Amino acid sequence: MSKMPQRGSARTLNDIRPGGRVRIHRHHSDGAVRQRLLDLGLMPNVVVRVVRSAPLNDPIELKLDASSITLRRREAITIEVTSEEIEP
Amino acid sequence: MSKGDGILVALAGQQNAGKSTLFNLLTGARQHVANYPGVTVDKKYGQYRDAIGTVYTVDLPGTYSLTSFSLEERVAREFLLGDRPDLTVNVVDASNLRRSLHLTLQILEMELPSVLALNMMDVAEGRGIQIDQALLSERLRLPVVATVGRKGQGREPLREAVRAEAARQAKTPTPPPVLVDYGTLEPIISQVHQGLAPFKAVADLPQRWLAIELLEGDSQAVGILLERLGEAAATPLREAVGDLIADFEQRQGVEISDYVVGRRDRTVERLLDGVLSGAETGRTTLTERVDRVVLNRWLAPGFLLLTVFAIYQVSIVWGYELTNYTWPFLAKTRELVAGLLPSAHFLVDPYVRSLGLWLVDSANTLLNYVPIFIILFACIAIVEDSGYMARIAFILDKILHRFGLHGQSTLPLILGGVFAGGCAVPGVMATKGIPDNRARMATIFTVPFMNCLAKVPLYTLLLGIFFVEHKSLMMFYISTMTIIFALLVAKLLTKTVLSGHETSPFVMELPHYHPPTFNGVASRAFERTWQYIKKVGTVVLAVAVVVFVLLHLPGLPEARKAHFQQQAEAAIERFDQSMADNPYREIATGANLVPLINYYSDYKRAKLNASGAAGSQRVTERFQARNPDFLALVTRGGDRDAKQANRALRTLARERQKLRLRMREERITNSILGSIGRGMEPITQFAGFDWKINVALLASFAARESSVATLGVLFQQGDDENQTLEQRMGQETREAGATALLAVSMILFFALYPPCLATTIMVKMQTGSYKWMAFSIIFPTILGLAVASAVYSIGMALGATAIEAMSAVYWGAFLLLLIVGLLSDRKASRLLRQRFSPG
Repeated sequence: MSKMPQRGSARTLNDIRPGGRVRIHRHHSDGAVRQRLLDLGLMPNVVVRVVRSAPLNDPIELKLDASSITLRRREAITIEVTSEEIEP
Repeated sequence: MSKGDGILVALAGQQNAGKSTLFNLLTGARQHVANYPGVTVDKKYGQYRDAIGTVYTVDLPGTYSLTSFSLEERVAREFLLGDRPDLTVNVVDASNLRRSLHLTLQILEMELPSVLALNMMDVAEGRGIQIDQALLSERLRLPVVATVGRKGQGREPLREAVRAEAARQAKTPTPPPVLVDYGTLEPIISQVHQGLAPFKAVADLPQRWLAIELLEGDSQAVGILLERLGEAAATPLREAVGDLIADFEQRQGVEISDYVVGRRDRTVERLLDGVLSGAETGRTTLTERVDRVVLNRWLAPGFLLLTVFAIYQVSIVWGYELTNYTWPFLAKTRELVAGLLPSAHFLVDPYVRSLGLWLVDSANTLLNYVPIFIILFACIAIVEDSGYMARIAFILDKILHRFGLHGQSTLPLILGGVFAGGCAVPGVMATKGIPDNRARMATIFTVPFMNCLAKVPLYTLLLGIFFVEHKSLMMFYISTMTIIFALLVAKLLTKTVLSGHETSPFVMELPHYHPPTFNGVASRAFERTWQYIKKVGTVVLAVAVVVFVLLHLPGLPEARKAHFQQQAEAAIERFDQSMADNPYREIATGANLVPLINYYSDYKRAKLNASGAAGSQRVTERFQARNPDFLALVTRGGDRDAKQANRALRTLARERQKLRLRMREERITNSILGSIGRGMEPITQFAGFDWKINVALLASFAARESSVATLGVLFQQGDDENQTLEQRMGQETREAGATALLAVSMILFFALYPPCLATTIMVKMQTGSYKWMAFSIIFPTILGLAVASAVYSIGMALGATAIEAMSAVYWGAFLLLLIVGLLSDRKASRLLRQRFSPG
């Protein structure tokens, strides 16, 4: 299906610490997961902020536009982000 | 649903857009809940009268889009395609317009005439968002109405818009405009469109929509094609579409579904340009400030525990106390029915009477929980509406997910009684909100392992007999093993029977906090309670009849009947003799005897149920009115002769009671249920259960509470009535060579025992299948019996003491839990790493 990036070559949402802002580059998931991510507004080029992770480190909470979204790390790792740092 | 003189309106919208509130506002109290055919998704519908006739309104499940990836979306889409509503009210969250309009575009693509309801306008305004409604309406070419469902604002304008648009569509049907320009995909859409044109079988479907869905590879669209055109005609078409997809994706380097979403997003951006203003993103909202505390890494578990404790305290503890006040009403109903039924005979009651009372008792057992349920459901509604429920899932998902459950399994498990005292019925009911189907099923089957209120009496009984020294340790084991067993079983089921079930990603929105409204909470609490009474009540009554029959047939042999009759006559004879010289003889003997003795037992029961001196006084007055002559004999305050008569009467009543109990015991022993209990002995002996325990466990299936009562009947000895059940059972089982090990075996079996009848009905409702209902009975039975047998047999062989056996089981299970938990964690992190390795 989709091409996986090489190990270590790509930053994903899973790597971003709370407080970090990033731009979504592309998705590596498919089917229902991908659809749900897109439906919630996690589209390529959208800027999201990682708000926090749950007390046990997983899942994480994101903020984009007016909404807060939570997803597990196993989903977060499928979302590739660009390497640029976004200032608030 | 006939459209006859009215119109059919569907409410569609994303989750958290306030669709249900708007639905309530639109239709008022006249609404019903049913299931969509074949699935467990709620179909809510209602109606209202309007100038254009009756407006039948259906509240579709909340969906982010209309693909075929989730059950809710499939259901919503099938309804929109199959029932073709005259009008769709598209409810959007005004404070999150950009995301909401994606769904709007999909609805319009399905060529459904629509009205746009801009809901939650207050929230939007609160954030300084301004929306140019006229411009939006012009661009979408749809009527746009602003509403605030929670505050009851916008009903008339919305009804007005529905009326006007429906009338306009009826006069001159105008298909919605084509808003999205799919760019380089357009020629391909046209090609598919043309390919579909010759087929009459799909002519009723929106053609452009179908073409796009086919290109996106939507499974449901492909299914429609196969179904309507047949394999032979559909295959070449599918192949052609497949070529087009491959060609496009190769040329553009992007998947069609991504491309489609991207184009839609661009359209939304264009539509909103100049419509939306003032949406600043910098300011932190109240929700964010609250979450900084409530979801703080260190504080979150505390808040969660506090919430759980509050729900437990308010609904289970206080609710249980409340039943002390409501129970007298139920008891009074029983008295009323008892008065209407044919009166009791001396020894054997008419079947109509015993069956009638049996039914009232069964119904009362269930109705007794109604106050608890109302409070419980109100609490849940508050937690749901406020937005905290999603956060509970966020906090606990990690642990629960590891065992195949879901963050949102928390609430069902709490309701089921994680520690002590809950009820599996609302627990199973509450699984409805879990979005992941597999985790939802696993939760349904593990909720019954919690300690429901009705399991507690048996535990208390057994601990009182066998574990006087180790009571607190045993209590600790019992109240914490529930969650250990539940997690292990959930893992087992997810890996086996449930492995084929659909799972959904844990990707969800944390909604903004809202203060819940009184109406919203109250209506949901009563609606759910009423559902419980209606569905569970009817079935439980039906099964109560069956259990009654199994306990009464074939009845006592004639010889035994005659034997008891003889004893009864002897007792009456003795009574007559002691009354021989008594001036009250006339009113106490002969034809008056049975009415008098019934009067006596009614009086005693009424006095017991009466509360306080005033209540007691009222009872006396009532019985005074019923029969003043008898009253002198049943109270102890009369003259010397009356006192003597009272003594004789008490003796007779006691003997009668004893005879009746013995008859009942013999009847149960001989009954069909008794035979089944004995028939099971060869299997249950490994767990140490004799037939009496088997019968009690079987009877407890109808209602858990009855297990202790049935044991009470079976272990009654009659002669020394002062012994408690603990003493009698302890004595008898010890005589039979049983040890406390038997108690451990019983406790373990009871902990894993199948849910009570009411719960299995709920399992049927929530899984939508009798197969799973049967599974929910059979699986725990086998599991419980296996565990109980293993512990009992191994314990006996090793000569272990009861507390040793229990500790071994508990810590063994705990160790297993740790191992399973750690293993699945390692597996999860390995998977995470693998995702990003080459190839």
